[in-house]
Amino acid sequence: MDAILLQILNGLDKGSAYALIALGLTLIFGTLGVVNFAHGALFMIGAFCAVTVQRILNLSFETIDPSKTDFLGNPLKVQSPYVVEWFGADFGNAIIDWSVPIAILFAIPIMIFVGFAMERGLIKHFYKRPHADQILVTFGLAIVLQEIVKYFYGANPIPTGAPEAFRGSFDFGVLLGFDPNAIIYPYWRLIYFSFAAVIIGGVFAFLQFTTFGMVVRAGMADRETVGLLGIDIDKRFTFMFGLAAAVAGLAGVMYAPINSPNYHMGMDFLVLSFVVVVVGGMGSLPGAVAAGFLLGVLESFASMNEIKSIIPGIDQIIIYVVAIIILLTRPRGLMGRKGVMEE
Amino acid sequence: MFGLNKKDASLLLVVAVLTMFAPFILNPFPTDSGLAQFNAGYPDLMQRFVIFGIFAVGFNILFGLTGYLSFGHAAFLGVGSYSAVWMFKLLSMNVIPAIILSVIVSGLFALLIGFVSLRRSGIYFSILTLAFAQMSFNLAYSVLTPITNGETGLQLTLDDPRILGESVTADGSIPVTNLFGMEMRSAFNLEIGAWDFQFSVGYYLCAVIMLLTFYLAIRIFRSPFGLMLRAVKCNQNRMRYTGLNTRPYTLAAFVISGMYAGLAGGLMASMDPLAGAERMQWTASGEVVLMTILGGAGTLIGPVLGAGFIKYFENIFSKINDNVLHQWFSFMPDGIEDFVVFIIHPFIGKGWHLTLGILFMLVVIYLPGGLVEGGQRLMSLFKKDKADDDGSHAPTKHPAE
Amino acid sequence: MGILEVKGVGKRFGGLQALGDVNLSVQENTVHAIIGPNGAGKSTLLNCLVGKLIPDTGSVMFDGQSVLGRSPHEINQMGISRVFQTPEIFTDLTVLENVMIPCFARRDGSFRMHALGAVSNERDMLEKAEKMLSDVNMLEKAHLHAGSLSRGDKRRLEMAMCLVQEPRLLLLDEPTAGMARADTNNTIDLLKEIKTKRDITMCIIEHDMHVVFSLADRITVLAQGTPLVEDTPQNIKGHPKVREAYLGEAHVD
Repeated sequence: MDAILLQILNGLDKGSAYALIALGLTLIFGTLGVVNFAHGALFMIGAFCAVTVQRILNLSFETIDPSKTDFLGNPLKVQSPYVVEWFGADFGNAIIDWSVPIAILFAIPIMIFVGFAMERGLIKHFYKRPHADQILVTFGLAIVLQEIVKYFYGANPIPTGAPEAFRGSFDFGVLLGFDPNAIIYPYWRLIYFSFAAVIIGGVFAFLQFTTFGMVVRAGMADRETVGLLGIDIDKRFTFMFGLAAAVAGLAGVMYAPINSPNYHMGMDFLVLSFVVVVVGGMGSLPGAVAAGFLLGVLESFASMNEIKSIIPGIDQIIIYVVAIIILLTRPRGLMGRKGVMEE
Repeated sequence: MFGLNKKDASLLLVVAVLTMFAPFILNPFPTDSGLAQFNAGYPDLMQRFVIFGIFAVGFNILFGLTGYLSFGHAAFLGVGSYSAVWMFKLLSMNVIPAIILSVIVSGLFALLIGFVSLRRSGIYFSILTLAFAQMSFNLAYSVLTPITNGETGLQLTLDDPRILGESVTADGSIPVTNLFGMEMRSAFNLEIGAWDFQFSVGYYLCAVIMLLTFYLAIRIFRSPFGLMLRAVKCNQNRMRYTGLNTRPYTLAAFVISGMYAGLAGGLMASMDPLAGAERMQWTASGEVVLMTILGGAGTLIGPVLGAGFIKYFENIFSKINDNVLHQWFSFMPDGIEDFVVFIIHPFIGKGWHLTLGILFMLVVIYLPGGLVEGGQRLMSLFKKDKADDDGSHAPTKHPAE
Repeated sequence: MGILEVKGVGKRFGGLQALGDVNLSVQENTVHAIIGPNGAGKSTLLNCLVGKLIPDTGSVMFDGQSVLGRSPHEINQMGISRVFQTPEIFTDLTVLENVMIPCFARRDGSFRMHALGAVSNERDMLEKAEKMLSDVNMLEKAHLHAGSLSRGDKRRLEMAMCLVQEPRLLLLDEPTAGMARADTNNTIDLLKEIKTKRDITMCIIEHDMHVVFSLADRITVLAQGTPLVEDTPQNIKGHPKVREAYLGEAHVD
């Protein structure tokens, strides 16, 4: 029992990331009808927002401490970050420590801006082109974005720490009445899951309870009719692109402490997220979220030694196997609607 | 000629002449000149041109004709490579059985994947092929290690049980791949003045096979079968109500293009007998998509051009560094020179992929027909200018258009 | 015994009974029209005949063989061709290629791996296609892209593509829908010509009474998924039930 629970928990953080990216992909696909291969790059840019904020907060100036010497006997150079100088040691160091959560504040406007720029500058011109063209141009954009990041940040993963308070793990099992040490769970993963749940809840509430969301949902169902009603659906769709970009970006920011960001993390996640979208059902938001968590948890189960000893290598391919089975038995995915992406 | 019409025959002839004389054509600069680094006439690179040409021509039979965008074609390339290396290990160092096996195995593999994937179309098909290829890649890295040798890649060793041939040569090394005794890596050097031309057996084998496959592709394009494939791309509904079963047509195209990919993989292994899982990764599948689109999907010569273009610039561009740039722009005043070099720097050397990505986006946006369409546009511009000139001399003959 | 025998066909979509209990007999070498108000089930019936839909009950026999459970291409190979409401043609191919595809389908069956021959060497097929095109007065457009044709020409092309297969039964789904009067008359002339020149059975679904009465030998009136009457055009014109269900409604404005 506790082993099963542990695997479910382990699957949740990856599942959260899948769900967030898939949610954005589905928003874009459902509203704009565009297949966005550059969505993984948005996730990656988000993660690098965290890296950048951490670097900015760590910007230091150099002072020479004459009282100490280094091993060569020269006066010791001391690096002290500006924030420490400005806000004092306690508060300044706390700011540096909390750089990833702080990055969220920066990432939101940046990601919305990137999303707007992408939609207005590029995607807009592809609404009427075939899906293959959309895939190709966004694939090219993904390469460009990831090469730009590689140019500035290098090819190696950049470790980006969570705040001190959330490093390490806690005994989750005890809370639920299991034996101590049965379920040890890192704090940050729990935070990531809660964060994802809040964002997903927020997006759904936004679509459900605001007039804006209502129009967008109507547009997802029947774009032409909504256009005929005299509603400027295009502007709202631009905003949706910004929103989807922000969701992917935030997923990336918060993922930075779990997996050190590197320039190709976006592509790695994109392939899986597409599989998630297809499994959930193209154009279905609840489907995307459900499939994200489902596949994350399945992946985690498949990596249990007990399972691997029965079917070797299953952890590597479980997601693809599930996707293939689902696509062949339920062509529209778990919750897909009729008429989406069909001839 | 060869059952082709005049236009196709001359196209084949041009390609044949270009590939046969490639060692000369691609080596225009003397060996000791500063421009020698732009020479592409060395066997290793030329082999890659033609091998990737085969890969792209095959991909084009699927994507260019039927419109099915596969994102998993590298899987067939990888399978072809593995099969060829196993043939070298078990049977003989002769490349013929290895190449035959790689085509057969990849064809069977394509039959399996195509049978499943082609039940869906559009984006679903792309995702399915992507999923299959990633699955093969992951399996090659993990469970199938006994067959693929995992991360290290499959290589020849000194204790391979080669049935027809020796495990070890007399001097204690691994024997090399050959075609009835002609070693793939052996080359004939021709020095003319400051130029050094290399004619390698491996390149000419690849080139001949490429010409054969290119010829086959032309025949397929012009055949009733090719017409049916173009009809699939256009209107499957009408096809069904015209009494045609679309599934076997698409499956046949998929298997043929998978066999082309396998052939390319087998040739790759024949030139350099090792195979790694990274050949199956989806970035490799993406590369052949880039080549085909960049050259011109659905055209005959486009994929070959695209493959040559990408492989040439990948090799040459990535060799240019800041020093080279400073040399080129040394005529400029210092400040401006540094600035120009600074601007160009991200796009060269390791930044080649950035250039490729931008170029690819530009092609998709402005030139959906790829380099071929670009060439046609240039030609028509040129012709128009000429026509205008004629018009000015004899205005009465040409009424206003 | 007609060439097409529909017996007791019913089809239900969720709560909607689209077709009730349809019986229909189309005699060889006649033009049989099916008319009825919107939502009468005309298109559903047609889709059941060509294999797009499978009826819940009943049987559909073509020339003594059941078509039920067969896929559209198999049904076509049995000798049933279909013209769509909006012309379905291969817009990226030339007009000539459009007509050659059904020629190959007729000769080679539903699939043939004919990858090494050249289309340009298929003399018989080329001649056949060109003959067909000249029959519909489109020979001079043979090398145009089908997508660039006018709507009327697209319709003629689609008709040519069906006729070149020499089908025994040609199904036409509102062949004049959305056409101008002149185009409609042209289509009527074309169909009349086909009727006199060839041994062909036609089954037309049509809204336009003018078309129906100038072509049909027999007319079936469909309302709410069941046939009301089946009779000759003269008798249908005066039939009170038909006026009530269909013509009366149409004559209000």
